[in-house]
Amino acid sequence: MTMYEYSCLPVVFGLTLAPFFLGIINRTKAKVAGRQGQPLLQAYFDLWKLLHKGAVYSRTTTGIFILGPVVGLAAIVAVLGLTPFAGCPPLFSFIGDLILFAGLLGVMRFATMIAALDTGSSFEGMGASREAWFSSLAEPVLWLSFAVLARLTGQFSLGAIQSEIGSALWAASAPELALTALSLFAVFLAENARIPVDDPNTHLELTMIHEVMVLDHSGPDFAFIQYAAALKHWVLASLLAGVIAPVHTGHAWIDITAALLTMAGIAVATGLVESVMARLRLTRVPQLLVGAGALGVMAFIVDIMR
Amino acid sequence: MNEVADLMVVLMAMTNLILLGTARLTLGVRLVGAQGALAGAYMFAANAEHPTVHVLALSALIIVAKGLVFPKVLLRTLEKAEARHEMEPYVPYSASILLGMVMLASSVWVSSRLPIAGLTIPPSAVPISIWTMFTGLFLVVARRAALTQVFGYLVLENGIYVFGAAIAGEMPFLVEMGALLDVFVAVFVMGVAVFHISREFEHMDTDRLSVLRD
Repeated sequence: MTMYEYSCLPVVFGLTLAPFFLGIINRTKAKVAGRQGQPLLQAYFDLWKLLHKGAVYSRTTTGIFILGPVVGLAAIVAVLGLTPFAGCPPLFSFIGDLILFAGLLGVMRFATMIAALDTGSSFEGMGASREAWFSSLAEPVLWLSFAVLARLTGQFSLGAIQSEIGSALWAASAPELALTALSLFAVFLAENARIPVDDPNTHLELTMIHEVMVLDHSGPDFAFIQYAAALKHWVLASLLAGVIAPVHTGHAWIDITAALLTMAGIAVATGLVESVMARLRLTRVPQLLVGAGALGVMAFIVDIMR
Repeated sequence: MNEVADLMVVLMAMTNLILLGTARLTLGVRLVGAQGALAGAYMFAANAEHPTVHVLALSALIIVAKGLVFPKVLLRTLEKAEARHEMEPYVPYSASILLGMVMLASSVWVSSRLPIAGLTIPPSAVPISIWTMFTGLFLVVARRAALTQVFGYLVLENGIYVFGAAIAGEMPFLVEMGALLDVFVAVFVMGVAVFHISREFEHMDTDRLSVLRD
């Protein structure tokens, strides 16, 4: 395996390109709405600006509030180390690392929620409660997708799963992979607080989920949160990219170009979803996630039937 | 062409899933139409290696009748009845989807016990056609609006049709035509009935019909 030389590439790509991913989503939304839109690199500018500001802490908050963004960022960077990208193996890989993957995402969520509760604000408490509710529905969907992929490939680590998915597997079991890709896309949208579940642009505390939990963070803390959110987009999108466009030509640079184009495609698709759909009513969100879970179950059962 | 037939069946399964989870009646009509067309396309794809005039004519007829004519009739009824959404169903939508998964699992179990192992049919055709029948029956029982019950009836019929096509291959032309004619008349009559219910009572909830007195 000559590809092991490139195992630091997923991390490098993730750390550098994740904010650009958000830029593509925003540019797509702007184009569809007929606006010019913010610069593609706006997310980087925002991070730079925030890092040069001071942070303001409310007197009600404790150390948990300060720890929240740091723990969140650390967890998602660790997840990035577990994520394969473009056929390159991840930085760390072992049998069962998909459990750690989902667990670290849970740690990140927990850090954000407990920091939100620490502010003592009722709005942030509402946001944390919704986040807990929706993510407890989204996580089983992620698990089901992992279960289907593990069953299809016979592998139990993310890197091995991704290298097993290829045109041969697509030819043999296209319906299962397509259903899994759909439910992974739903997880991607729900976990990243994108539109059918949450509106990233909303400014009404009553309706938002992710944005309301981070209202009290400022300066570098907020930069950490924004960057961690961008990395979360990147990580879940690269899982999806590994399923929908597994290009393994053996030439590293061709594979990487294909994977980067797929990521851009996912960003455009997210932007299009945000442009054509309205946010679902809060009570309808579980239905979407249950539906995504049902797709996972169906993929599993279709595979059992063969 | 077993892969294509397999794909048709999996797409039918997707329509079942959305039908279980949606409250929108126009979407429901379109999905039921799409499912009927898929059933016709399945008939064609499963026999594509030795296409006979019989198969060609039948699948074309089914695609036209179930995919185009029925949705047209139902959409027209819907337009006249001025209804957009199903009101509260007896079984909520999330629960319907979960129950749908239970029904899918049990139809896989049932089909694994059917003695049809020797036939060369797409592996997913039998379980998913049984699931389609279950879904149809469930929609008839669990929904209030008269139109959604018509969906249930049509989904049930699609399931029976694909099941028959999967295990029996070719049925006599007359039998198939008879079944199609029955369904056609049924949709027509139900369309008219739904229209009259909604015009008389300004709604089309069938459960409220039971309190009628003369």
